[in-house]
Formats: sequence, C-alpha cells, structure tokens
Amino acid sequence: MLLVVLAGFILPLLLLIIASKRLKSIYNWLFLLPAGLFVYFILQIGNLGDTGQYFSYEWVPSLGINADFKLDGLSMLFSLLITGVGTLVFIYTSSYLKGHKYLDRFYAYLSIFMASMLGLVLSDNLLSLFIFWELTSISSFFLIGFNNDDPASRKSSLVALGITGGGGFFLLTGFLLMGSISGTYSIQEMLSSAETFQSHGMYGWILFFVFMGAFTKSAQFPFHFWLPGAMKAPTPVSTYLHSATMVKAGIYLLARFTPVLGGDPYWNYTLLIVGGFTMLFAVFHSLFRTDLKGILAYSTISALGILVFLLGLGNKYALLAASVFILVHALYKASLFLITGIIDHETGTRDVTQLAGLRKVLLPVGIAGGLAALSSAGLPPFFGFVGKDLIYEGTLSADNSVVLWTGLAILTNVFLLYAGFQAGIRPFMGTLPAKFEKLHLPHFTMWVPPLLLATLGLLFGVAPALIDQALVQPMFASMYGDISSTPLKLWHGFNTVLALSGLTLALGFALYFSLKPSQKLEKQIAKLDFIAPLKLALDSSRLLMRFAKRYTGTLQNGLLRNYVLITIGFLILIFGYKIYNGISINIDFATLTEVTIYEFMIFGIMVTAIFIAVFSNSRVGAIASMGVVGFSICLMFVFFSAPDLAMTQFAIETLTVILFLLIIFRLPKYLQYSNPPMRIRDGVFAIVFGALITIVALEVLTVNVDNETSRYYADNAYVLAKGKNVVNVILVDFRGFDTLVEITVLSIAAIGVFSLLKFRKEDETDLGGTGDLN
Amino acid sequence: MKTVILQTATRYLLPLLLLFSIFILLRGHYLPGGGFVGGLVASIAFILHSFAYGREDTQDFMRFHPGYLIPIGLTLAVLSGLLPFIYGEPFLTGLWFKEPVPVVGMIGTALFFDIGVYLVVIGVSLTIIFTISEEI
Repeated sequence: MLLVVLAGFILPLLLLIIASKRLKSIYNWLFLLPAGLFVYFILQIGNLGDTGQYFSYEWVPSLGINADFKLDGLSMLFSLLITGVGTLVFIYTSSYLKGHKYLDRFYAYLSIFMASMLGLVLSDNLLSLFIFWELTSISSFFLIGFNNDDPASRKSSLVALGITGGGGFFLLTGFLLMGSISGTYSIQEMLSSAETFQSHGMYGWILFFVFMGAFTKSAQFPFHFWLPGAMKAPTPVSTYLHSATMVKAGIYLLARFTPVLGGDPYWNYTLLIVGGFTMLFAVFHSLFRTDLKGILAYSTISALGILVFLLGLGNKYALLAASVFILVHALYKASLFLITGIIDHETGTRDVTQLAGLRKVLLPVGIAGGLAALSSAGLPPFFGFVGKDLIYEGTLSADNSVVLWTGLAILTNVFLLYAGFQAGIRPFMGTLPAKFEKLHLPHFTMWVPPLLLATLGLLFGVAPALIDQALVQPMFASMYGDISSTPLKLWHGFNTVLALSGLTLALGFALYFSLKPSQKLEKQIAKLDFIAPLKLALDSSRLLMRFAKRYTGTLQNGLLRNYVLITIGFLILIFGYKIYNGISINIDFATLTEVTIYEFMIFGIMVTAIFIAVFSNSRVGAIASMGVVGFSICLMFVFFSAPDLAMTQFAIETLTVILFLLIIFRLPKYLQYSNPPMRIRDGVFAIVFGALITIVALEVLTVNVDNETSRYYADNAYVLAKGKNVVNVILVDFRGFDTLVEITVLSIAAIGVFSLLKFRKEDETDLGGTGDLN
Repeated sequence: MKTVILQTATRYLLPLLLLFSIFILLRGHYLPGGGFVGGLVASIAFILHSFAYGREDTQDFMRFHPGYLIPIGLTLAVLSGLLPFIYGEPFLTGLWFKEPVPVVGMIGTALFFDIGVYLVVIGVSLTIIFTISEEI
C-alpha cells in the first residue's frame, strides 16, 4: 500500500533519469502506472469487508504520526476514479501535448498530483491527510500555471493557490482541534467519538474550520471563482484535477466526516444553504458563457454544489444519491472536457457560437459528446437518470421544506441539462462551416478515452448491478454506517420522482431550443463583475501587497546599519520594558572571582582596540582592531578553560578578517556616511545595549538554572557515545541531527554566495574555468 | 603579497597545517577539537597558500573546485546517519567497532559524521572566500 501511494512520487524521479530527447516514446507508456494501480484497486474490491482494509506503517512514532492508510468503500470509489480517469488522461495527454517542450515536466506534475490525491483519500491519519491535501494544491498550482509565459495563467494559478492554500490553513486548525479533543489523529478511532465532538464547546469552530477547507477546495460560493480561472490549464489538467478528482477532495472530506461530525442541524443547514446556493448560482452563470471550458467550469461548480447539498440533506437517499452522483458526474464531465480539448486542438477555438456541424468530421467524438450530454441530462436509460432519480428521492424525503429543496434541485438540473447539451451536442449539430471542412479525426488515443467514459455512463445506467454491490453500497455504508437495503434500479415504476424527472427534461429541452448562446448575454453578465468575489479577493490581496511593501520599505530599507539599529532598538525596548515593570535585579558581586592582572591587561587591549575601530579613518585599521577584539575574546576563553570555544573562535576570527579584507580592498575610498548627531545616537544605542547585556549576563549567574540537561550530557558522554570531549559528543552524537541541518544550511549559504556572484553577469563571465558547482 | 619568504614558509606550512587539521579532527572525540575546527584550520591553510601564490595557483594545486567537497561531505554525514538503519536502530545512532584501531582510536559512525562536517566546512569556507576574491 505504501508503494501504491508513493509510486506517483517515484515516477518523476525515474523520469528525470530515463527521459531523454532520444526516448520520446516513453511518454506513450507512462499510462501503465495509473493503469496498474487501477487494476490493483479493482482486485482489492472483494477484500474490503465491512470496515475496509487497514494498513499501518510507523513513521514518526515519537510524535504519534503513523503512515496509516485505510481502504474502505469511500476511498475505493475515489481511488478508482483517480487511477481510472488518470489512466485515460495520461493516454490522452501523450497525443494532446505531443512534442511539447516540457512534456516531461507535465507528466511529472500529473504523476505527483495523482499520488497526492491517492494519499489524500487513503490516509487514515489527519496529519498525513493534511500533507497530501496541501500537495494536491501545490501540484494544481504548477499545472494551472503550466503555460508559464502567459501572464493570465500565472495569475490564475496564484489565485487558485491562494484560495485553496488559505483553506488549507483553516483545515489544519480544524484538524488540530479535532485531534486535541478526541486525543487521536486516526479517523477510524474518531468514529467512536462523534458524541464527544458534537457536545463539545468547540464544535462550532471545528465545523467552521473544516468547512472552510472543504469549500475552498471544492469551489463553493463565495470561493468558487478560482475554478473558472483554473481553466487556463491544459485541458487534460482541467479534466483530471478540476472536474473529476481534486475539486472533489472537499466532497471527500465532508463525506469522510459525515459519520463523525454530521447529523447536527448546524452541519446540515450550512451545507444545504452553501451547496444549494452554489449549485443554482453557478449553473445560472454557465448559461451566459460562450467558451466551452467556461460552461463546463461553471457546471462543475454547480455539480459540486449538488454534492454538498446532498451531504447536507444527510438522509439515506441523499447519501446514496451523492455516492452515485460522484461517479455519474466524473464520467460525463471528464468525457465532455476531453471532447472540448479535442475541439480546441482541432479547430483552434472553444467559442460555442462559432462551432457547428462537427459531427461530419469528428463523428466518434460527436457520439461521445452526445452520450455524455444525455447522461448529464439524466435521460433514461443513462446512468445520469439513476443519479437524478436518487437526488429527487433525497429531497422528497427531507425532514422539512421539501418543496424548497426539490424546487432548487429541479431548477439546477434543468440548467445543467442545458449546459451539458451546450458542450456535448451543440458543437456537433447544424451545418458545418466551410473553414472546418478540412478537419480530420485526431489520433485514436485522443478520442477513445472520452468515448469510453461516455459509454460507461450508458452501460452503468442499463445495468447498475455492475457497480451497485461492488462500489456504491460500500461507499454509502462508510458514510451512513450500515448497509442500505435499496439496490440501484433504473426503473422505479410510475411515481412522483418519475414525474419530476419528466418535468426536468421537458423544461431543459425547452430551454435548449429557445436560448441560443451569444456574446451579448455574456457581456450583460460581465457588468456585474464589480461585486464578484473574484474582484473582492483580488482587491484585498492588492491591499495586502501595498501594506507589505510599505512595511518592508520602512523596516528593511536595504541599509545594513539600519537593520542592526532596528534589531538592537527592539531588544532594548523589550528589556527596558521588563526592567521598568519592576523586575528586581540582584547581582551578587561576591560570587564573582577576583580579576587577575592579565585579565585586566586583555581587557585594556580590547577597550583600546574598540576605540580605534570606532574612530579610525581607514577601513583596514578598523577591521584589524576588530580582529584584535576577537582574538582577545579568544584568550578569555582560554583563561576560563573553554579550549573548544577558543580554537573555533580563533579560526573563525582569522577567516572573518580575511573575508573583510578581501571585500574592503575593492571598495571605493573611505567615505563619511554619518553626521555627528547620528554617531551620537548610534553610540547611545550601543552603550545602552552593552549595559543591558552586562546586566543580563550578571543576572544569569545568580539564577539557579536547572542543569539537568548538561548534567545528562556530561554523565553519559562516555557511557553512551564513547567520547570524552563532551562538546564534540554533543555536536556529533547527542545533537547530531542539529549539526546535520547546520552543515546543510552552511552548504546552502555557500551555494547562494557562489551563484549570486558567479551568475551576476552571465554573458560576460567565463563559467568554464576552474569548474562549476552546477 | 607574493614574497619569497611567505612562499617558502607556506610550502612547509601547508602540509603541516593540513596534518594538524586532521589531527584536530581525529582527537575531537576525546580532547578539544573536532570536525568543525579541523575544517576551519584546513581552509586557513589553503587560504594561506592562496595569499602566497595567488588564488589561481591554489585552485590548480587543489585540482578541483572546493565546492565539490560540500556534496561529498553532506553525503558522508547522511550516510553515517543512515547506517544504523541496517541494524534496525534509529537515524544517527552511534555505532562503534569493538576494538580500537592504532593511531586513530575508536572508530564509529560519529567519526565519519565528523569527517563529513570537516569536508563541508572546508568546502563552504573556501567556496565563499574564493568566489568573493574572484568576483569582486
């Protein structure tokens, strides 16, 4: 299982090694990874049992973080979607982006995303779930901004990262709250503490934080605006991340926590209101779009709204409807996106008003589009019909406001039908414009995936038993708690639900034939942009940028001496405040040792050197006197028996002086940067700070510090680490990890200096020479 | 500062200083010293050489850019930390040979870790100083 999750992270590393210019065909075979994982999950279906399979690997046992994975009905459905759609998208991409300069990069991102998404739906530990959650946001950021020379792409990817990443912060807070209340980070163990959560005083806050995470990720109003922007990504990405899988992560989260947090009126009504509003608002927007991807983006938001809405209803039928609708939507929407990609690829436009009659040149694509659109419309015998029936059954069996919920659902479905037909059928009907007559069908790897997905939408509708017991019921069970007794059926007989379905279809067809897309309508709706959440978000981020600029400009103006002054001034302020607030200072001069004559001499040398450094008119003189101070300190270390410190100080001091001299030699002649008042101010700061440090140092002597740690090191240096030099044993053994990180930081600093100076003027400097680091 | 006196002195001082730096590195576990100080002493030795003969000569003498020492040292340190995994111990657990080796004393993973620190310190300080003296 660990390998299953990590495989997608390993692939990019392998790509780095094996993908070269000569081996182009490797990209045609990368789909084997998701395909293999898909087969693995299919084979696991029989082994799920009632509670699912549990895999546990120790990760950071001392912090209680285990790599725990759980494969139950809910994660199974998602895993199959991720790997299944993933396989098709991998195949599709090999033609769609054939010969693209950064194809390797694209596959790497895609593969990382797949792995993170799998990790997200399989994690049983909240913290690892969070890490994978963030990884999906990050890989989405890279994929949206894939065309990184297009400013619009870059902006959209930043907006998406800002919104989903911001939601991530909320989610982490929520997770930490949940963890501290229940005492465990395992979702499985939380199942038993649903009572504890719902009666806890922080329940409201937990809901708020978890909802913020889920709503930002799943593009619910008012955070929906990042998703249409995300359509700047290449179409395979929109298919994979922004319709079939990633945006459903929020839905997954809500579904996962339904048994833990759900059932409470706050939970239900928040989801009902947010989901209900989003599904209608977004699909209404999609009516006015002329860009195919825009239509699909808004109808995706609407479908996500339906899912949130269903989870909010929370009754048996609604949860079953949610289980079915996730699959229905993934099948038809992924198919429609892939078709849009083909149209865009072949005709060069996605404008619905310009496309017509494409069935004559792209017949298999047209068939796929028709099937997908009919499934989205919920026409019998398509799978969409089963889904829509269940949605109505869910709203009809709501506890209250049945009419309101059902009405909302009908209205949304009518508009969704229109959106589906717009994207899947309208481009293929009517007469073919002359300019498209020379089009020909693309490579089969492009049109087979959408056709396959759309056909599955028909197949599952005709024979729902294929997936009923295997997928839908286990998923339902992991949300609802027990196994439902209502198997999926296509035909329920003549009843209210059927009448509502018929009404939806009739209204939808009427809308399709009466409303033609046009640029004019799109312009009308654009007038409302000034109050759109996107605008508000951009404005507030601009405000933040302006504030940050001014803040940074004041505190960090690029003059090193100002940084030092501000840092020291701030420390003085804190110390001064503490002392002013009446901390008694007890300095016990009696405990100090006698000052010997040679200590006094060293002290004299240091003071003299400092005065020379301060008043010297030559840089070299000042540096040399600072060196004298450093070496005197070194002598002090020797007197007070700290040979390790003395040696290090000595070596460092030598190198510092050399480094200073190297730079100073190249600087222009000595200039007076400061005037007398500034020098007096700096002097006052320096003296006050020095006095404060002296007080603190003397104070420390009288405080009884608990020496347990240092005693432990001293006692165990030889016993545990076989060393007699405690300082060195601490460095290389007891705190070896710190040292490792420190030398890593040192290395980064060296590389930083090297690259800053070496690559300053790339065209002028000869980079060959003595051998580069890069 | 290309004086004959300094050049001649450096010719004898460089090997002595390098030897001394290794001495400091090895004795670190029992007496004052260690990889960090040892590395600093070794880099001072090379810098002394570059003062006497010029930076280009020192780099020719070293055969390769000191920057290469950084990844080598880091890898050595990380590997010495990973070694205990083979025995099922946590990262960076000290492992030791049973019997002391002549001259060096006890050999354990901590020693290799320290050698890693030693190499990184040389690499870092020489890279920084050489780059600055070359580019400014």
